[in-house]
Amino acid sequence: MTLAALRGRFGSLADAPATFLLAGARVIDPSDGTDEVRDLAVVAGRIADPRRLPDGAPRVDATGLLAVPGFCDLHTHLREPGGEGAETVASGARAAAHGGFTTICAMPNTTPPLDDARAVAKVSGAGRVAAARVRVIGSVTAGRDGTVLADLAALREAGVIAVSDDGATVADGEVARLAFERCADLGLLLVEHCEDPLLADGGVMRSGATATRLGLRGWAPEAELAVVRRDLELAADTGARLHLTHLSCAASLDAIRAARARGVDVTCDVTPHHLSLTDAWVDGGRRFAWEAPGDIDASLAYDGHCRVNPPLPARDDALALLAGLADGTVDAIATDHAPHGPQRKLVPFDEAAPGLVGLETALSLGLAAVAAGMVALPVLIGALSTSPARIVGEERALGTGATADLAVIDPAATWTVAADRLASRSANTPLIGRELPGVVRLTVADGRVTWNDGLLPLR
Amino acid sequence: MTALHIATAPRQHLLDVEGMPRAAVERILDLAVEMREARAARRHRDLLEREIVATAFYEASTRTRVGFELAAKALGATTVDLGVAGSSVGKGESLVDTLRTLERSGVTVVVLRHASAGAPWLAARATGLRIVNAGDGAHAHPTQALLDALTLREALGEVSGRTIVIVGDVAHSRVARSNLHLLRTLGARLRVAGPPPFVAGFHAWPGVEVASTLDEALDGADAVMTLRVQLERDAGNGISSMADYASAWCITSDRLRAARPGAPLLHPGPTNEGVELSAEAANGPRSLIGRQVENGVPVRMAVLARICGVSA
Repeated sequence: MTLAALRGRFGSLADAPATFLLAGARVIDPSDGTDEVRDLAVVAGRIADPRRLPDGAPRVDATGLLAVPGFCDLHTHLREPGGEGAETVASGARAAAHGGFTTICAMPNTTPPLDDARAVAKVSGAGRVAAARVRVIGSVTAGRDGTVLADLAALREAGVIAVSDDGATVADGEVARLAFERCADLGLLLVEHCEDPLLADGGVMRSGATATRLGLRGWAPEAELAVVRRDLELAADTGARLHLTHLSCAASLDAIRAARARGVDVTCDVTPHHLSLTDAWVDGGRRFAWEAPGDIDASLAYDGHCRVNPPLPARDDALALLAGLADGTVDAIATDHAPHGPQRKLVPFDEAAPGLVGLETALSLGLAAVAAGMVALPVLIGALSTSPARIVGEERALGTGATADLAVIDPAATWTVAADRLASRSANTPLIGRELPGVVRLTVADGRVTWNDGLLPLR
Repeated sequence: MTALHIATAPRQHLLDVEGMPRAAVERILDLAVEMREARAARRHRDLLEREIVATAFYEASTRTRVGFELAAKALGATTVDLGVAGSSVGKGESLVDTLRTLERSGVTVVVLRHASAGAPWLAARATGLRIVNAGDGAHAHPTQALLDALTLREALGEVSGRTIVIVGDVAHSRVARSNLHLLRTLGARLRVAGPPPFVAGFHAWPGVEVASTLDEALDGADAVMTLRVQLERDAGNGISSMADYASAWCITSDRLRAARPGAPLLHPGPTNEGVELSAEAANGPRSLIGRQVENGVPVRMAVLARICGVSA
């Protein structure tokens, strides 16, 4: 069934709170280490004792299904305002619900950027009736142009959960220092996209033998590492809370480990695509990072869908990111969901807009990594749910009395990624046509059903 | 998208020489020799009469564009040049939209030159056209490599086992990349040389030795290929000045003495005389630059005939 036919299966945060029982689900709750098969009841939007389930409430056989805390995406591009052809708050939130996410954090690199209270309020307002909680990240600098700080106090007042100039680093050292000092004063989280523009030098894929052979300009890991190191120093010096997003190289994680050892307060995320895809995909390779490198299909080379910033990593770096996820260095998986229409992607590789959609494939790529033995299932779930939620100050728990905020997953089911199976307005991903494990059967955000794949009776 | 022309065989392209089997290379070179004779004898003039060949050059070119146009005409194809500057491209039409327009107009083969590496792969995926790569960014220039291989084969008798040296801005050169692939397939020993920014990344290129001085590069060379220094590259090319480059790397008849006696000199053109090679070397007895241009048309005749699936 295509997603268009399932349109009525999305709900919103404005719906009535749900009541149902999942019988015999495997409940994984990283907040308290729970991993057990049991009944899980939701009564009027809260986790309840199953004995309190009202008569006549739906009881679902959840044998073989996972019940996990709702996912929280720290890095989502919703394209509203200015890019509504590619995504809107409403469509992005549906994509989130479809992928098991109950919170998405909207990045401010819209047109115009989210650099003042009014712009923030518009996105938050649209989010109130969406299929996921929409939290807003404001821009660090006015107009997101990197020169003058935005009114960060007013942004905090407007409710932003962090600030970031994502899409670019706050490259100017003086502006960066001011931003760290101001964020420390205000208690604001600073989210950095780590890319020294001079070192990245207009690169369009990861530097290395593949880039040299393909004649594409390389973007060296040093461009990321230089900003990671600078920001760790600034965080140490100012006490600002720092979150480094979409890290792509082993050396960045090493720098974070060293900084934490001396007490620096820093968190970080990696994307599903940097954990699973490699620079060989630009060359037409289609093996996951954990698979032995194999034949390439030259006819798939230079696919603009493989252009992303930071670029797809070398295989060794992807494996190091997976190891960092497994050992806890990486706090969260964040999608960097970046919708683009075909006119931005069906172009020569170096002209393609960077980014791919990720909300609806994040879990599946993670489960593929779990199946390959790269990371334990509870660690994956924690990196998608409780851990990022904690970074933005949200509760996630599946104990009695908690607000029901969860996803129900069929880990044994598979699906084939296709444009008409995605709720996002865009389908820019090199995973189109790929069969992946894991189907989200139900998503409940703030007690409301936001996605119901027929698991509960349909209204 | 359905192909608008009837193709009985699977669609053929010439996107790259990387990975082309040696036998296929030899067949194209043999066919080029036959085409050279056929052209002189005015034979095969209706071989491609059912084809419409468009040249779409998003970067300037004389040799390659004219070479393809004459090759297509010599085999009886209808030819059309997408004058990029005077077309809808100037109005912001995308590459794919332009190519689809050509396809709907009846064009069957597009010869594409583009500043972006990989543009021909996009063209092949997004249309039903047969695509010939006439140079994509810093990536590949298959017909230049084929005509260089033919030129070398005729000058040296045999490419296999010979030491062939490429001097200049290898890092930014599609000619160098395609020659490295093709000459390796033909069994040559390969060496590249230039100032460090010009050979960046090539220490890891399979089967290629990097020399750090011109004398070291030329020592024992059976043939020398020098590349155009891109004077027009606006972001700077990593070398301090043209004069510095020339003093270390300009190939003169005098410096050519470091190579094997009689080793020929090649250059894909257009040359900057006094920068990458001297005027007397370019015009001297060891220069094959004229032969390279002469081989351009028959090699392109062979390529067009092959991708159109016709046998001469």
